[in-house]
Amino acid sequence: MDGCHVKTTINGDAVEFVCEPDETLLDVLRNRLALTGSKEGCGTGDCGACSVTVDGRLVCSCLVLGVEAEGRKISTIEGMATGDRLHPLQRKFLEHAALQCGICTPGFLVAAKSLLERNPNPSETEIRFWLAGNLCRCTGYDKIVRAVVDAAAEMRR
Amino acid sequence: MGVLRHRAWDGWQETWVEFMRYEAPETVSAAVGLLKKAKGTTRVLAGGTDLLVQMKSGFVEPDLVVDIKRIAEMRKIVPEKGGFRIGAAVPCAELAEHKALVKAWPGVVEASHLIGSTQIQGRATIAGNLCNASPAADSVPAMIAASAVATVVGPKGRRKVPVEKIATAPGRTSLGKGEFVASVFLPKRPPRSGDAYLRFIPRTEMDIAVVGVGVNLTLGSDGTCKAARVGLGAVAATALVVDEAAKAIIGTKVDAAALDKFAAAVSAACRPIDDKRGTKAFRIKVAGVLARRAALKALERARSK
Repeated sequence: MDGCHVKTTINGDAVEFVCEPDETLLDVLRNRLALTGSKEGCGTGDCGACSVTVDGRLVCSCLVLGVEAEGRKISTIEGMATGDRLHPLQRKFLEHAALQCGICTPGFLVAAKSLLERNPNPSETEIRFWLAGNLCRCTGYDKIVRAVVDAAAEMRR
Repeated sequence: MGVLRHRAWDGWQETWVEFMRYEAPETVSAAVGLLKKAKGTTRVLAGGTDLLVQMKSGFVEPDLVVDIKRIAEMRKIVPEKGGFRIGAAVPCAELAEHKALVKAWPGVVEASHLIGSTQIQGRATIAGNLCNASPAADSVPAMIAASAVATVVGPKGRRKVPVEKIATAPGRTSLGKGEFVASVFLPKRPPRSGDAYLRFIPRTEMDIAVVGVGVNLTLGSDGTCKAARVGLGAVAATALVVDEAAKAIIGTKVDAAALDKFAAAVSAACRPIDDKRGTKAFRIKVAGVLARRAALKALERARSK
């Protein structure tokens, strides 16, 4: 079966893939490119588990077609750590035990990173509103918010 | 980019499965040409936050999807005649980041900023919100209050359509074959003008409006209301323009007595349904309450300019 040939950039690497025209970016990442860090929670843009950035803009990859990635710059959770060195947000999520089952965690991390790039010193309210599109059914969110506050403080130093 | 329509053999069901064709033209004329020529179901893709969900659920199975994000004019917010032209593919997040637009039309921006989450904001557009034709669309009552005008492009060229004339019923629009909304124009504002949008939802974020009210008003130098316009959402099959409410405050100082009449006129205009988010009676009552609050907020903004 032939499909669409797409050239894009993912986490700084030039990537080419072939996909169906109605295939989501999330499915391309997970099923064709083996980038399984982005999770499928709802598939309808409600839960944020598939969060990535496209040209620096935070989006749900389940609501983006794979073909739309042509010529764009995509960042996923796989691009967050530098080699073995975790991003401060990743470290703080571990320190604060801001996860239990972990399905929502990649989405929270990608979304929180996007927030801190725009606002290095967000209030708790700003963090909660920014992350309102990321659902977590385990933690009750407090630990996540504390981890983001702590990571932001460290990153400002 | 894009592929020709193609077929694949589905061995299990022993039927021919038609696959969707995706096109991302770089000009309006190419987009119109594709939509005009296409047979079957066509959809325009801007942010995709409604379309992809509809495709996923099988509610719509397009034969052709035309992505308009590669058309340069669709991606811009352009100052024009003292107002702003917002391209059909500009995501809501960009509206909130546009300082001059926020200053000029805070109500429209706050309404668009209520649509979904941060992630949805990164994709969703006000033109898409308009053309999805949900009665509960948040940006639409605010655009109606603002007297926003959509530019529709199609096989016969361009035409201007007041935003309240786009949706005709839930999920249905007045757009003809080959037509789509290219931009939304927010006009220049006279001095001492303010707008506001408020909605009621059962939680503080990420829900669909039970009632949404947009109010836009202009004061004279003596503080008398010279002009007013009210858009009302989620209480009828399409968003409503409530002229009776506007009349109740025009010529007044927008005092308590005028606001009582204003709220009553808004409640009287409601023709809601009962659903899990709210009963008819609740929606009618809340519409009046929210309208009063939105008017006071718009008034405060008008007085500060």
